[in-house]
Amino acid sequence: MATLTLLQAVNDGLKTAMRKDPSVVVFGEDVGPKGGVFLATEGLTKEFGKERCFDTPLSEDGIVGTAIGMALNGLKPVVEIQFQDFIYPAFDQIVSEAAKFRYRSGGQYSVPMVIRTPYGGGIRGGLYHSQSGEAYFCHTPGLKVVIPSTPHDAKGLLLAAIADPDPVLFLEPKALYRSVKGEVPEHEYAVELSKLRTVREGTAVTVFAYGAMIPVCQKAAEQAAVEKGIECTIVDLRTLLPLDEEGVLEFAKRTGRVVVVHEAPRFCGFGGEISALIAEHAMEYMEAPIVRVAGFDTPFPNTLEHHYMPDARRVLDAIERVASF
Amino acid sequence: MTTTQLISVIDSEGRVAKEEHSLSKEELLHCYRTMIMVRAFDDVCLKLQRSGRIGFSIPNKGVEATQVGAASALAKTDWIFPSYRDFGMALYHGVTPLEMMHNMFGNGADTSQGRQMPVHFSFLDPIRFVSISSPIGTHIPQAVGAAQAMKLRGEKHVALASFGDGGTSSLGFHSGLNFAGVWKSPVVFLCQNNQWAISCPSSEQTGSDGFAVKGEAYGIPGVQVDGNDLLAVRKTVLAAVERARRGEGSTLIEAVTYRMGGHSTSDDPTRYVPKEELERWAKKDPIARFEKYLQRSGYWTPELGQRVMQEALEAVSAAARAAEQTPPPKLESVFTDVYRDLPAHLRKQGQEAFELASRKGDASAGDGKFPL
Repeated sequence: MATLTLLQAVNDGLKTAMRKDPSVVVFGEDVGPKGGVFLATEGLTKEFGKERCFDTPLSEDGIVGTAIGMALNGLKPVVEIQFQDFIYPAFDQIVSEAAKFRYRSGGQYSVPMVIRTPYGGGIRGGLYHSQSGEAYFCHTPGLKVVIPSTPHDAKGLLLAAIADPDPVLFLEPKALYRSVKGEVPEHEYAVELSKLRTVREGTAVTVFAYGAMIPVCQKAAEQAAVEKGIECTIVDLRTLLPLDEEGVLEFAKRTGRVVVVHEAPRFCGFGGEISALIAEHAMEYMEAPIVRVAGFDTPFPNTLEHHYMPDARRVLDAIERVASF
Repeated sequence: MTTTQLISVIDSEGRVAKEEHSLSKEELLHCYRTMIMVRAFDDVCLKLQRSGRIGFSIPNKGVEATQVGAASALAKTDWIFPSYRDFGMALYHGVTPLEMMHNMFGNGADTSQGRQMPVHFSFLDPIRFVSISSPIGTHIPQAVGAAQAMKLRGEKHVALASFGDGGTSSLGFHSGLNFAGVWKSPVVFLCQNNQWAISCPSSEQTGSDGFAVKGEAYGIPGVQVDGNDLLAVRKTVLAAVERARRGEGSTLIEAVTYRMGGHSTSDDPTRYVPKEELERWAKKDPIARFEKYLQRSGYWTPELGQRVMQEALEAVSAAARAAEQTPPPKLESVFTDVYRDLPAHLRKQGQEAFELASRKGDASAGDGKFPL
């Protein structure tokens, strides 16, 4: 096993897929010789040639639109959108096209492809290099939405996404790119999609989160345990769509006290779906109101981003409120 | 690089300066029969829609030569990314009126299982006629991608993207042509300038002098062809196809034609189309022109024309009757094909929908159980 950063694990996953399957092609803005602005595609053009890893014109609509055409015709495109904030010109291609091809053609045409993109705050990127737009895409039947939080999952989920027969939006928490390290098998493996992961187990409160909020929740849970004697379960959702609904309900019922954490704005955020799911199917198990900790319903500020993004202090506050209700 | 002179082969009297094609009599008559089949399909669908038996259709009248001329330049191994007004491309390559009628009725034999509105065809065989969506221009970069996959695999196939004058205003037109220019993809862009985008004349879509010139800025040759001249369209598309197969990249073709009907059966073009304009273009009817040419070649008589139309109307009417009697899709089809494998939440939703429908007595799943 190698110890890799999350970014290196993504790179390792791409190389593993490209070595195994000659139909995998990687393209996007600056992903070629430069290796991407975060270096996620470093070394790919060198190892696999410019036919399999190449730069494109600066057009997200063009990147996703041409990727769909390639996927229709037997290739397996894994494209990069440089920042998730820039994905919206491709929204039509993702929502109206990639996600609907199989359905509208009765299975005659399908679009097995992966759109990788770094999302989230924490790098002083301001309004347009920090957003978490997952909720827009989770409202799209036909699409899968995946978010890793560890190097092991980054590689395993990416390989599962590339092997998947349907289009997958793979959101990479850029705040964790270099800040988390972990053991990553050198061989090929897959982490099954639509299966949540238990990060930590405790009987008092269940915290649901994903991506860059996982380390924040871990810190809050450690403080809750040490300072208040509150033991939390942390659940990493990993795949938001299709969601592991049974898993969510099972872990919600275990404690009857639930906190949901994400850095995207609260209103119509993914936390609302988790809350509603539990309210609809496990209300009788709840000992306390379900509490959401989320980004504010404002655009993403630059200088004061540390106030905008949920931190351990805010998560701990929610855990205490739910535990003592 | 851009040719601004309109390419034409057949003049208004059906004369051809010199035979520039290698089509046999049978091939010429296949083109003719296909155009007639399109017109018959239009007529029958209009009646079906007006009598409330189908909800919607798209008239093709006036643009048949562009559709069929372009389709005739393609091999079965090529891909068509059609617009919604390209019935003739499918029919030319052997899609049957019945397969198309299944879609018009949205029944259980429709390739899209009645999920789409009428006219949003999807066919795999005998040629890739890629599933149509309603947003405009989204298929243009997709055609570039499909063509680029052919190129990366070293195949000599091409993709043809067909769109209207309104389609050139879309994001996909720009990104598609831009990528194709950079990549030299084997794709043919066919802009059917039929003068109207629903109620907006082509002069409101662009400030440029026509649409062919738009290729220039992308490094793509642009040509203008008389879209009501089947042989001219065929010749122009064939040249673009051969250029693409040689690895020289894409071509933008502007076929200058005219939409003689409304945008759709929901549209009333008399509200905005000047009567004189329609009359002027009616004299340039592409089928009438082709008939004159065939007649000069000794392949056509008015009797033959009547017989071909009669046979086409009978075939389309029979297809409509058969499609109307085909049962609707099963309830399960609402939930399948969202993903390849049915996820747990859709299984659950499907089960609930079926149980509710069963209680109300209108479930249509075959064996009484939700078969998922």
